[in-house]
Amino acid sequence: MTAQATFSLEDRARGREDNPWARAWRRLCRRKGAMVALAVVVLLILVAVLAPWIAPYEPVATSFTTVRKAPSWAHWFGTDEVGRDVLSRVMFGARASLGAGLVSVGIAAGAGVPLGLLAGYAGGWIDVLLSRVVDAMLAIPFLILAITLSAFLGPSLSNAMIAIGVTATPVFIRLTRGQTLAAKVEDYVEAARAVGNPHWRIALRHVLPNIVPPLLVQASLAIAGAIIAEAALSFLGLGQQPPAPSWGSMLNTAQRFIAQAPWMAFWPGFAIFAAVLSFNLLGDGLRDALDPRHT
Amino acid sequence: MLAFLTRRVLQIVPTLVLVSMLIFGLQQLLPGDPALIMAGEDRDPKVLAEIRHQYRLDEPIPVQYVYWMKGVLHGNLGESMRLKNSVGSLVAEKLPVTLQLAGMALLVALMIGIPAGIVSAVKKETLWDYGANIFALWGLSTPNFWLGILLIFLFSVTLNWLPASGYVMLSENWKESLATTVMPAFVLGNALAAVLMRHTRSAMLQAMGADYVRTARAKGLPEARVVLKHALRNAMTPVITLLALEFGALLSGAVLTEQIFSIPGFGKLIVDSVFNRDYAVVQGVVLITASTYIALNLLADIAYVLVNPRLRS
Repeated sequence: MTAQATFSLEDRARGREDNPWARAWRRLCRRKGAMVALAVVVLLILVAVLAPWIAPYEPVATSFTTVRKAPSWAHWFGTDEVGRDVLSRVMFGARASLGAGLVSVGIAAGAGVPLGLLAGYAGGWIDVLLSRVVDAMLAIPFLILAITLSAFLGPSLSNAMIAIGVTATPVFIRLTRGQTLAAKVEDYVEAARAVGNPHWRIALRHVLPNIVPPLLVQASLAIAGAIIAEAALSFLGLGQQPPAPSWGSMLNTAQRFIAQAPWMAFWPGFAIFAAVLSFNLLGDGLRDALDPRHT
Repeated sequence: MLAFLTRRVLQIVPTLVLVSMLIFGLQQLLPGDPALIMAGEDRDPKVLAEIRHQYRLDEPIPVQYVYWMKGVLHGNLGESMRLKNSVGSLVAEKLPVTLQLAGMALLVALMIGIPAGIVSAVKKETLWDYGANIFALWGLSTPNFWLGILLIFLFSVTLNWLPASGYVMLSENWKESLATTVMPAFVLGNALAAVLMRHTRSAMLQAMGADYVRTARAKGLPEARVVLKHALRNAMTPVITLLALEFGALLSGAVLTEQIFSIPGFGKLIVDSVFNRDYAVVQGVVLITASTYIALNLLADIAYVLVNPRLRS
């Protein structure tokens, strides 16, 4: 409370606008861990986008003269069982992993937020029905449901994204529903209702913007979960198909050569670890920045 | 208490029905005709019609669901197309393996997570606390299949201390059984230890600030007694619930861990069945997993109410 009051006075002294998003951003900037995580996330996104231009080799180009070569100046992360450059594959693999993380969370939030808003705002039988469906989906362990769905849809990266997205949807429905239930009894919603706004407008213009912060935190943490899930599905052969690179499928191959070429396993695993750790730290930082009561 | 129990049991019935519908519905997403898969090379229309009739594939989907559920309620989960064995007997064969692994993983998680959580809360904002928090972040962010591969490289390939794969039953040779499961148990328990550490820390911090802890200190009790007897006992209540909720994560983790270490358990059965399109097994195994998860949640709720009488009303 004192910190907030001091902060507010400092802000006023500097003539800053009292915008909650600007305040949250400044709070986020003060958290070193979250800022380092944000920098790593930005770096990984840049690597994924710029991979065709910055990768030293073609990710699928084989060379039988450089089979399982240890890290060197020519191949910083070494080469794999058919002479492909591990660094280039890790760089291109970022496209699959980050793409899967972002797309599947997009699917989950795109479906889960409207449904959660509907359940929380409308209540009644819609809420009961959706809540029971969510309970049923959450009763099946995340990865088992994702494996089953992607197996039924067929092994491919896009189907893995859909499977992870569908599996992650119930969490967004439940969170949005809970936040909507809390928001709809607030005075500003009562006021919006009193001046005759239609229900859809109250839900979309008054409730939704006020429940965005916890959804953003959930999205960041869900991206971390989705990256691990995509890597797990690719590791099992249900995600990205060879020879296209993905961190999970690279680990699957590396497992067979762990005694001869341990670098094949180290780098893709480390890339997953760095990405997941960054999104987890960013999620924690966002939670503290957007909800100061949490700290 | 009886009213609470009745209400809670009645609540899980629609969830279980929906879970069964969801699992049955997944099969309908399948491209292709299951009768063609079962018939193999033989595409004789008569044989196909016979298979469809035998497995009731010629009936409408809701009717097929009712027949499947009728079988499930009578303890018949169907038959594996690949292994020509009943799903129930396959589960009975594989489940003890996964239960041993999950039990050992739970032990690892409890042995690491709870002490780390206590130390982190008691020594708040010291190097101990930062170290424990870094451990938690490491545990939550490390993919268990990567950790498994790294441990195989270290303990099996480099040091040659532990076998890289395989499984020996506890009843056959307990020493070898432990040797084959200690690494997978650590891999599986690592993430759970991190979750436990975070929750224990948070619950302990809350308990350490409570009036009864201040009273215990004012009475002049030794700090260890205040922490371990007064604060910890109260802080453990939410951790009990967490353990039940984390069961699902443990089973998800077992799928990958068993795959890496070639352990013939429940998780490997799911993956093998998925790859061989053995849908009866997939349906049966997922149904058992979900039902166990729901039952454990119910037990956790009951345990929560039992240890906290204020919730009974």
